[in-house]
Amino acid sequence: MIIAHSSRAGLRGRTCATAAALVWLSVVSLPVTAVGQENDECLMCHSDVTLTGTRKGRTVSVYVDPKKVALSVHASVQCVACHADLEGKELPHEAPVARTVCTPCHDAEQELHKASLHGRAIERGDPLAPYCNDCHGSHDILPVRDHRSTVAPIRIPYVCGKCHREGAPVQRQRQIHQSNILENYSESIHGEGLLKKGLAVSATCASCHTAHSILPHTDARSSIARRNIVGTCTVCHVEIEAVHRKVIRGELWEKEANVLPACVDCHQPHKARKVFYDQGMSDADCMRCHEDPAIRSSKDGRSLTVRLSEVKGSRHTRISCSQCHAEVNASRRRACETITHGVDCSSCHAEVAQQYQRSMHGLLLAKGDTNAPSCIECHGTHAVLGRADPPSKTFPTNVPELCARCHREGNKAAVRYQGTERDVVEHYTESIHGKGLLKSGLTVTATCSDCHTAHSVLPRADSASSVNRANIPETCGRCHHGIEEQFLMSVHGRPDGSSGKERPVCSDCHSAHTIRRADTDGFKLDIMQKCGRCHEAIAATYFDTYHGKVSQLGYTKTAKCYDCHGAHDILPVAEPRSHLSRENVVATCQRCHPGATRRFAGYLTHATHHDPDKYPYLFYAFWGMTGLLVVTFVFSGIHTALWFPRALKLRRERMRGEAAAEPPPAGANGEEKADE
Amino acid sequence: MSEMQASGPKEYLRFSRVNRVLHIVMIVSFISLAMTGMTLKFSYTGWAAAMSHLMGGYESAGFVHRLAATAMILAFIVHLGDLIHRKRTEFGSWKKLLFGPDTMLPTKKDLRDVVGSVKWFLGKGPRPQYGRWTYWEKFDYFAVFWGMMVIGSTGLTLWFPEFFTRFMPGEFLNVATIVHSDEALLATGFIFTIHFFNTHLRPEKFPMDTVVFTGRMSVEELKMDKPAEYEELVRTGRLEQYLVDPYPPVVIKAARAFGWTALAIGFSIVLWILYAMIFAYR
Repeated sequence: MIIAHSSRAGLRGRTCATAAALVWLSVVSLPVTAVGQENDECLMCHSDVTLTGTRKGRTVSVYVDPKKVALSVHASVQCVACHADLEGKELPHEAPVARTVCTPCHDAEQELHKASLHGRAIERGDPLAPYCNDCHGSHDILPVRDHRSTVAPIRIPYVCGKCHREGAPVQRQRQIHQSNILENYSESIHGEGLLKKGLAVSATCASCHTAHSILPHTDARSSIARRNIVGTCTVCHVEIEAVHRKVIRGELWEKEANVLPACVDCHQPHKARKVFYDQGMSDADCMRCHEDPAIRSSKDGRSLTVRLSEVKGSRHTRISCSQCHAEVNASRRRACETITHGVDCSSCHAEVAQQYQRSMHGLLLAKGDTNAPSCIECHGTHAVLGRADPPSKTFPTNVPELCARCHREGNKAAVRYQGTERDVVEHYTESIHGKGLLKSGLTVTATCSDCHTAHSVLPRADSASSVNRANIPETCGRCHHGIEEQFLMSVHGRPDGSSGKERPVCSDCHSAHTIRRADTDGFKLDIMQKCGRCHEAIAATYFDTYHGKVSQLGYTKTAKCYDCHGAHDILPVAEPRSHLSRENVVATCQRCHPGATRRFAGYLTHATHHDPDKYPYLFYAFWGMTGLLVVTFVFSGIHTALWFPRALKLRRERMRGEAAAEPPPAGANGEEKADE
Repeated sequence: MSEMQASGPKEYLRFSRVNRVLHIVMIVSFISLAMTGMTLKFSYTGWAAAMSHLMGGYESAGFVHRLAATAMILAFIVHLGDLIHRKRTEFGSWKKLLFGPDTMLPTKKDLRDVVGSVKWFLGKGPRPQYGRWTYWEKFDYFAVFWGMMVIGSTGLTLWFPEFFTRFMPGEFLNVATIVHSDEALLATGFIFTIHFFNTHLRPEKFPMDTVVFTGRMSVEELKMDKPAEYEELVRTGRLEQYLVDPYPPVVIKAARAFGWTALAIGFSIVLWILYAMIFAYR
């Protein structure tokens, strides 16, 4: 057995396990040398299958199967080592024999057992109290590691279940606070793992209650005492903080363990499952009162009626009342009378709550601004729905109206706001995003919360704001990613910062709330003003040339800034990838002028005739023409000016002549008639 | 023409029908060109945008501009054709046409008339004995000739830039733009002020001289206005040849209405140009 055992351990390649096994075996084999009575002598009688004795007045078989003994962990232990009372006795011995002793080999376990519920029951003389052999067996004891052992993890529920199963004497006659223990366990995630999936690492009864030191949860030393339960669970669930950080902030696990709920407060003992919490403070308890349509707050008279159907159809359908309305005390008749605070959503939605607290909404609420929205203003209360749910207030098509409740012009937030963005709701509704969302019903269209975020709403001056200048490309890029990529490579977007000038972001050209399609006339004509805000001189000279003049008349098909320079991928002309680089400029012209050549591309799209150094041809052509014009007008002007009084005189003379003539001339034409 | 005759003394036929039609074509096309062209030149004024809008947007304005340009070029060609025709039928040789007494080319008499006119303006001499074509009429005629060349050639360059940049640098398009638009400014400015004065606002002609539309003027008027021509016609006995029946009043009225419309549009354009150049110049 020793050889077999150690070789098996060795085969596993676990040297430490081997060492441990050897130590253990050397301990259990100590009595071998100490005792004189040989097992063979005992077996002379006890190997007889028919051998019987009496125990508690009943005739029982006292047959000992030598094969089983030989296979057990105690194969090399003398019979009298356990049957200590028979040591040195004459054989055949008297019957009955005393109870076997596990000391001195298993002293430690014995001590624990003695102090445990089971041990004390023995002490009390409780006939139902379990002794070592009730769990471990007698002559056929196998090591725990052997899955055939009665105390192998996989078999523990059966061992414990002998007494603790429903209907067993212990369960019926002793005070056991839990019921249906085995059934619940077998359906729990632990029981499922162990019994259905055969996972020997799943928690068994002994994992939580310990093997020998079983104590009631009221005992401070108990593994299931409230203060120890976290320690017990974390033996297996070592990363529990990480898993629960949304519920409980990490440092509290150590600092304020006393205020934290214990694991079992949420994960019911014996019933721990991934889906949870129908138990505990039951909703039915709350509904006893809150079903009443007349129930009102004694403080402010508001209705406290809860329609359970609302909750059941909501996002929180599996959440019980007491999870949100914490601080309830199940031991009070009115469990809710211990409630001192309102619902704190952050106990589950920690991350979102943290964002909210840093947001403008959260800051205002913290300052005591009564207009500041808390969670329920946007999400509602019992009927809270997920944002993917069309009837939800936070469903994309409902978001603008939701925000408009405060941010529409004239409403409280719009009154408070002093910035330049006015009529945001109306503007948004008319914008490409608003039309996409509300007219075309595209739920992927940007709503208020897509740009401003849902919970981290901050004014744009705040560097952490999603609509801060520095963050706008990223914010827009969440949907317009391809554009963002182009933009970040462009002279406007890339971080060389050589000019030191503030460079434009999306909203400078596209605006914030009045975003139009880029193929609308309005946008096309407006863009030149937008570019011209920074590129003043070059925009002015653009308007001096054909494209600029035509576009000023409202003609959008002509080349605008972005037709030549690109929109989001603008690069300096010197860069090969620029639309206007030597390599690309002809192709750029050809987009509108199919027959364009390199000479054609020599047309000056930004020329001015006011610069003799840069554009001498234009300068001299202009002044040559102007000179011609001035000279012509001066000469002809003088000529006419001199002529005029003389012509006037001539007219008077002629009219006098006509009047003097006796018969009015027969050929007098209409002009003269008109004059008369 | 016979059914249009009205009672009254015969009148002198100054302009042939071809010339009258060509002048009307010129008026219509010139005003169209000016209106559409100026909207572009002064596109920075609100007026321009409104005009462009009125003409059905930039694209149709551009179409009108090119259509009118074509009409004007055709008028020019017809005029040249008419010259050739008249050389054959009337004059017999280019020499007679170009250097005869009724030539459009400047002559020594024109120089004398200029000097005489200035003297007359200043009250230091009599009104010169002007002939069939006065020096200012000749100036107008050649101004148009020159304008047609300058504006027409640059206009074609701008119309077909892809073709023209096959053999001239792209920058010439900029030059062509300046020349085209400034010469157009000169032409419109001149026609709508100086030319208008010569024909309409000149007190002895006021309010309108319809001779260019009807082709007819009274013999009295001919005698006063172009004494040299009159004398020549009388001397050679060719006057009778040019006497025709006058148009009925309705034709005169129509001509006058047309003239006034053109005049009004022309003056509006001048005012607009002045506004654009003085108050809105950039």
